[in-house]
Amino acid sequence: MSAIPTEAADMPSRRSPRSGFILLALVAAALLVAPMWVYPIFMMKLLCFALFAAAFNLLLGYTGLLSFGHAAFFGGAAYVTAHAMKVWQVTPEVAILAGVGAAIVLGLIIGAIAIRRQGIYFAMITLALAQMFYFFCLQVPFTNGEDGIQGFSRGKLFGLIDLNDTMNLYYFIAVMTVLSLMLIWRIVHSPFGQILKAIRENEPRTISLGYSVQRYKLAAFVMSAGLAGLAGSLKALLFQFATLTDVAWNMSGEVILMALLGGIGTMAGPVVGAGILVGLQNFFATSGFPVTIVLGATFMICVLLFRRGVVGEVRHWLDNRKA
Amino acid sequence: MAGTDPVPAAGAAPRGGGAAAQLKVRNLEAWYGESHALHGVDLDVFPGETVTLLGRNGVGKTTTLRAIMGIIRKRKGDVEFEQRSIMRLPLHRVARTGLGFVPEERGIFASLTVEENLLLPPVVAKGGMSLEEIYNIFPNLLERRTSPGTKLSGGEQQMLAIARILRTGVRMILLDEPTEGLAPVIVERIGEMLKVLKLHGLSVLLVEQNFRFAARIADHFYVMDHGKMIDSFSVSELPARTEALNTALGV
Amino acid sequence: MIFGVPLPALMGQLLIGLINGSFYALLSLGLAVIFGLLRVINFAHGAFYMLGAFAAWMLLAYAGIGYWGALILAPLIVGIVGMAIERLMLRRLYGLDHLYGLLFTFGLALLLEGTFRHFFGTSGQPYTAPEALRGATNLGFMVLPNYRGWVVVASLVICLGTWAVIEKTSIGAYLRAATENATLVQAFGVNVPVLLTVTYGFGCALAGIAGVLAAPVFQVSPLMGSNLIIIVFAVVVIGGMGSILGAIVTGYMLGIIEGLCKVFYPEAANIVVFVIMAIVLLLRPAGLFGKET
Repeated sequence: MSAIPTEAADMPSRRSPRSGFILLALVAAALLVAPMWVYPIFMMKLLCFALFAAAFNLLLGYTGLLSFGHAAFFGGAAYVTAHAMKVWQVTPEVAILAGVGAAIVLGLIIGAIAIRRQGIYFAMITLALAQMFYFFCLQVPFTNGEDGIQGFSRGKLFGLIDLNDTMNLYYFIAVMTVLSLMLIWRIVHSPFGQILKAIRENEPRTISLGYSVQRYKLAAFVMSAGLAGLAGSLKALLFQFATLTDVAWNMSGEVILMALLGGIGTMAGPVVGAGILVGLQNFFATSGFPVTIVLGATFMICVLLFRRGVVGEVRHWLDNRKA
Repeated sequence: MAGTDPVPAAGAAPRGGGAAAQLKVRNLEAWYGESHALHGVDLDVFPGETVTLLGRNGVGKTTTLRAIMGIIRKRKGDVEFEQRSIMRLPLHRVARTGLGFVPEERGIFASLTVEENLLLPPVVAKGGMSLEEIYNIFPNLLERRTSPGTKLSGGEQQMLAIARILRTGVRMILLDEPTEGLAPVIVERIGEMLKVLKLHGLSVLLVEQNFRFAARIADHFYVMDHGKMIDSFSVSELPARTEALNTALGV
Repeated sequence: MIFGVPLPALMGQLLIGLINGSFYALLSLGLAVIFGLLRVINFAHGAFYMLGAFAAWMLLAYAGIGYWGALILAPLIVGIVGMAIERLMLRRLYGLDHLYGLLFTFGLALLLEGTFRHFFGTSGQPYTAPEALRGATNLGFMVLPNYRGWVVVASLVICLGTWAVIEKTSIGAYLRAATENATLVQAFGVNVPVLLTVTYGFGCALAGIAGVLAAPVFQVSPLMGSNLIIIVFAVVVIGGMGSILGAIVTGYMLGIIEGLCKVFYPEAANIVVFVIMAIVLLLRPAGLFGKET
């Protein structure tokens, strides 16, 4: 048994392209006005993690591979971007490209090794390799160990747009996130995405149909890693800070929880899950009650009772009303 | 209703000599996931009888055994063993009522020795054979008792699978395709063994593809198709039915 | 001097390696036992280890029960907690994809660690070794701290004892058979659901007793489990989860290799286990003792 059967609604959106565009317009409008009511920094944090979760979901929800080490790509890219801004003094888009590139390379290495096993073993291997990367980051001088990389300005995008202006940064991150989510949507609905889905549902059969399944898995893994890296790079720019927490296994666990909470295998799920989790963290950060306990309990409850996640449950309920 | 015993031919003795059915199955339905595998199976096994389920591949014979035992949980209908319903019992309690099961794949454990395999099923009632008695009947099992169970040949594994049930004291055995894939010489031996079981008073519900093997040992036959019984007759009526049977079995 | 390292220093590191290996072996043994029958990767294994250490500490601090009592009581307590969790929650996941078991136990680990972190902070509590095991013995080529020697001996006894019970006894036969085909064993009349509960409890108890052994060596801290569990995962991937003996041997072996690495190439000591895991995966994906899936 290799893949997680997605409890959430399985088929990609049944909506027509026209309603897809309407949805997109609505989302764009919402993002445009959100800063009037919601603290922009919070929004941006949410967007970064939404992207991280969506990248993770590409791998889990649509390809059926549970990676327990996605923090390596998120945090690794954050480190490279921060380093590029601080030491190489490049413009932010170059720093982001560097971060994403690093994530892709890391994704290739970890993916190539982990893919040699399936299911649970795959998850454990990604965890172990990510932990190895964590120790690497702990010791290597350029990461500054426990202190992390900080104290760099956000710079001027393309040398023109000053990202130190919060609203500029907000629109930039919003655009990048929306574009990335659209990219993921395209991937999922392409022929390539169909094969990923076939691999998730019945890998032996897909192999017998003649597809070199390992290559597809690796490709999906690398894409997921790159997008997670993009999220990490954006986050590094946002907080002007890259630390060990970004590459720790707790971070890997958090992104899994986001996807699970929101709904594995749905497009909106990761975004919703990220929203809930970031919101929860914000809430409990000030309350003094340990967040870890809440996360742990949420995980357990979700797995026992709520496997479809928020979006999945909503879809299930809507389906049942139609029937 | 298809499957219940037709009115016996005049002068024929009633099955079981008037005793109540030891195993009574009525309207048994079962599902594998969404797929409706059994559509209402009826059958009886009387004490001491050897009853055979015949039918082509895929009609639901193995499913019937598994549904009776309770290995398949998605099921409806009535199953009574010795006048007690066993439908609601959790699987691990069914054997304790006196009903034993030998699966199609034999189920010999590779990580256990022959003797460990023999001793594994717990004794559920008095009257089962002791280990020595079993070794007397199957000296080759004694010889290989410390070998891993799966190092035995197919025929020996089948012997082991049946032997270990004999130790437990069950009064009826559900036996799934015991002769599958075995050489004719071994098949003979298994036939002998089933006759010995009969002498000891054990009832057997047997699923068999090998019609001629079944014909030599069974008292009663049921024929299945598409998840239901389509015919039921005793061994005395067999000669009359042979041609119709061959058609039904696609022989 | 051996390879440029003075013998006492080498032996000292080897001993540390052997001790770490003892814990790797004990923990991967528990993981292997649980995984074999339940097909669940018990991410909470490190938390149960931590629980065992804290149980020992609390038994001493609140009930005045010392080490030797804790050695019996702590694993019992941890085992009971484990059985309760299996019975009430974990067993609902058996029909699902195995990954849900991993996710559930991951959540459990966070919950346990978070709770203890809340009450005890992240710094460790000290726990002193019992009278009988304090001090050291001079072996000639090195001075052996008595408690350390005890840890190695005790873990060997526990590991080999567990192996013997599983491979050679009739109750072990039930476990081995149910690992192969739980449904058939149930059809024979064996109460497999209870077997599952007890097995999970036993696996957790193994982690718990490792925690008691660890208390005087490392500090009793809420974080002690999570740091360890990921390395143990790597150990288990290297060994392959098919065999009990394989888990034990791999644990000791990797502890020793790690120890040697600290002597000759200290910068890599943290990650040598992971590097070995990567190599084993490239060359023999089933693991050193694993069976091809």
